[in-house]
Amino acid sequence: MNILDPQGPIAAADKTILIDSIAIMLAIVLPTIVAIFAFAFWFRQSNPRAVYRPDWAYSGRIELVVWSIPALTIILLGGVAWIGSHQLDPAARVEGTGSPVRVQVVSLDWKWLFIYPDQRIATINALTVPVGAPLKLELTSASVMNVFFVPQLGSMIYTMNGMITPLNLRADQVGNYQGLSAHFSGDGFPDMLFDVHVISPLAFPDWVANTARSDQVLNRDSYNKLAQQSIGATKTSYRLEDPELFGKIAAQQIPPGPGPQLTTNPAKPAAGVGNAR
Amino acid sequence: MLGKLGWSVIPFDQPIPLLVGAVVLVVILGVIAWVIVAGHLPYLWREWITSVDHKRIGVMYTLLAMVMLLRGFSDAIMMRAQQAIAYHSNGYLPPEHFNQIFSAHGTIMIFFVGMPFVIGLMNLVVPLQLGVRDVAFPTLNSVGFWLTATGALLVNISLVVGEFARTGWLPYPPLSELTYSPGVGVDYYLWSLEISGVGTLVAGINLVTTVLKLRTKGMTYLRMPMFCWTTLASNLLIVAAFPILTATLAMLILDRYFGFHFFTNEAGGNVMMFMNLIWAWGHPEVYILVLPAFGIFSEVVSTFSCKPLFGYRSMVLATMAICLISFMVWLHHFFTMGAGPDVNAIFGIASMIIAVPTGVKIYNWLFTMYGGRIRFATPMMWSIGFMVTFIIGGLTGVLVAVPPADFLLHNSLFLVAHFHNVIIGGVLFGAFAGYNYWFPKAFGFRLHEGLGKAAFWFWLSGFYLAFMPLYALGFLGMTRRMQHYDVAQWRPWLIAAAFGAMLILIGIIFQVAQLIVSIRRRAELRDRTGDPWDGRSLEWATASPPPVFNFAISPNVTGEDAYWAIKAHAKQQDLEKREPDYVDIEMPRNSPTGFVCAFFATVMGFALIWHIWWMVAVGGVGAFATFVAFAWRDHDEYVIPAAEVARIDRAIIAERRALLGLAGSP
Repeated sequence: MNILDPQGPIAAADKTILIDSIAIMLAIVLPTIVAIFAFAFWFRQSNPRAVYRPDWAYSGRIELVVWSIPALTIILLGGVAWIGSHQLDPAARVEGTGSPVRVQVVSLDWKWLFIYPDQRIATINALTVPVGAPLKLELTSASVMNVFFVPQLGSMIYTMNGMITPLNLRADQVGNYQGLSAHFSGDGFPDMLFDVHVISPLAFPDWVANTARSDQVLNRDSYNKLAQQSIGATKTSYRLEDPELFGKIAAQQIPPGPGPQLTTNPAKPAAGVGNAR
Repeated sequence: MLGKLGWSVIPFDQPIPLLVGAVVLVVILGVIAWVIVAGHLPYLWREWITSVDHKRIGVMYTLLAMVMLLRGFSDAIMMRAQQAIAYHSNGYLPPEHFNQIFSAHGTIMIFFVGMPFVIGLMNLVVPLQLGVRDVAFPTLNSVGFWLTATGALLVNISLVVGEFARTGWLPYPPLSELTYSPGVGVDYYLWSLEISGVGTLVAGINLVTTVLKLRTKGMTYLRMPMFCWTTLASNLLIVAAFPILTATLAMLILDRYFGFHFFTNEAGGNVMMFMNLIWAWGHPEVYILVLPAFGIFSEVVSTFSCKPLFGYRSMVLATMAICLISFMVWLHHFFTMGAGPDVNAIFGIASMIIAVPTGVKIYNWLFTMYGGRIRFATPMMWSIGFMVTFIIGGLTGVLVAVPPADFLLHNSLFLVAHFHNVIIGGVLFGAFAGYNYWFPKAFGFRLHEGLGKAAFWFWLSGFYLAFMPLYALGFLGMTRRMQHYDVAQWRPWLIAAAFGAMLILIGIIFQVAQLIVSIRRRAELRDRTGDPWDGRSLEWATASPPPVFNFAISPNVTGEDAYWAIKAHAKQQDLEKREPDYVDIEMPRNSPTGFVCAFFATVMGFALIWHIWWMVAVGGVGAFATFVAFAWRDHDEYVIPAAEVARIDRAIIAERRALLGLAGSP
């Protein structure tokens, strides 16, 4: 989960900008903090050696310096921000080895659906990708807003119903990482975790073939069941029956997921789901 | 008959809110009973509840803020405890309760602690600093306060009747829409902020008008104390920004009550519009809170360094620059929405540009200390604590203004640490500095120094222990608002943060003790001079507490630091021996309009939340009738005869002379 331990080029570049920006600012922040303590200590009332200047309230030179220091720092950082924003635009393509892997991501209440339209498979709460390949993600939400975030792969992005946000990433190390939602989405929000399995490009086709043998099918009906609110979803795999499913969700041809079910039963539903007072 | 209201809305199955609610109810009823039995009610009604005196209203605002700080802080400590416990477990708070707590914490701390605290101090001090007798619209001022109190009351009623919002302090749709939040929680949020928002808006209009139109002779704009300038900037922002909040929440209300589609998923609603609108208010709001705090620090640093403020004109320029730019940066709250690199970069750079005037302010306070004779009284301690803390908050703020860095830190605990760093380190430290600084002016006796300093040290160390771990947790990928978690690495940091909250609790206990001890020892802490800190601006020229008319004779200002100049002048020429020509003074009459209006607004707000339509009509008609009755008044002022003014003023002067005589030379 550590963002200072990046496992891909986007995360690494985000981190470099983060560290550089801190370093640039510390260069003026630390001396300023020292000066605050030094001035406060030296000019204490009880210090007879400090010179009291009761009317000293203006110095053009100092004014020039105090406006210049923050202005110059911000000009420098502004350049970093401008270049960084363009280089690390989530919509910009990422280079990599092998053919790009397209993944369509749907945030549901409260789980993640990953659709692989080219492989015609789909998974819940587990994202499996080949190492080194460009990952072309398209994201939307079935209901409320969420943020897709894999801290060690970098650049988070919002998912919104009726809209598609693009995100390009790459994973450079084989391993298992943790992804999560970074925007509060209701009672099941803390359980919106997903595993990211980065596997070798040779193992990826095998994994796809295995997954495609699943006896579960993802179509409009099974999707509508998934769209019901639930906490702690199992990591199910599906064969994708309708490769256009994602487009239909994003275009709202499939209506947005329902909210909490208003129960007539006064007893609390299990695990605090859909508490509808 | 009672809309959605019934016995089932009271959470009998949840012991914590029920117990807290019962205790609060008993305390409130106890206080009311004591007031009535001891016969204080007529006094309270006459001197406080119906008062239109800006000083009294300022005190009531501040008191509201301090009481609500206790409520908001209890929420904070419950959250810190939950997150310290909830590793691989559900903790002690179920999600629906935890989610209400963080929503209530943010709402209360911003709207009912931060806002009333700074508005209260501005109300108390600005007319005194300007050398005038009241604000521009005294009765409106009272209405503004009582409507704010209505909002606070509604939020607290939600503790036991129904529920509060579970959507965060800004209720982002579609989660806050009826589909996903069918309960009354969001309605409590919406109506309390609609009502208190009107109160804040009228307070803003009132203070802008006061600064622009009511200044004493010779008080030109560039002779105003810095606090008046930041008040002007802050209230201009209120006037410009709060209507956006009111309109945005009104649109959400239309969605929820009448099936509109401003922000719904269906029928062309657009959630991004809500985010843009709410932050078009929300970012200026941050500066509405912090600019008055900057003003307080300017007064305090200058006074306790025994020097004029360094680079006064530069400070004015910086203040107005912040006022203007703060309206052009709102998009930095959602860089991760995918707006595109040009938009992100431009808003990122605009956000950083605010750091320039803010940095200039820090340096100007630094050079105000240079060449000074610094007295480390409690207000000065808060100011130095602020300068150091706020620089760190500024650094992390500029960091998240860099879009690629924000792509890693957005919505994380790093962000939570950042805005607490600037709001506690900036706004709250400023409010505490102002509270310690102006308390003797408001009540005529100083606050206990030792307990004040103890409170400062616990707050400061508690702040660092509570929030530095949150920065680390942001680097470890922890997002905000997690009711439970399974990551072992996070836990030690969350436990440390919980201990930090305990230190802050000790700080708060010291503050309560400081107030109680100071009241008990008020005789020895009495301020007879009206000028306990050797002040520089006009509020120190009058007695502590000031007479109802503030100044017997309107002061004549000839430069910056008006009272400092008067004191220097008086020492040379001993002018105080000459008797001025006293004249009759007209003052505004007390009015129950504010209290009665707010009473009906409370009835209407509660009825709207619970869909009790006949009661909505009662509240609405009642509030309007109160307004009409006020509009038809015949006498709105009374006259204090010149002889009475002379009697009060002579007593003040005699007391000062006696003190000067005791002290030897002036």
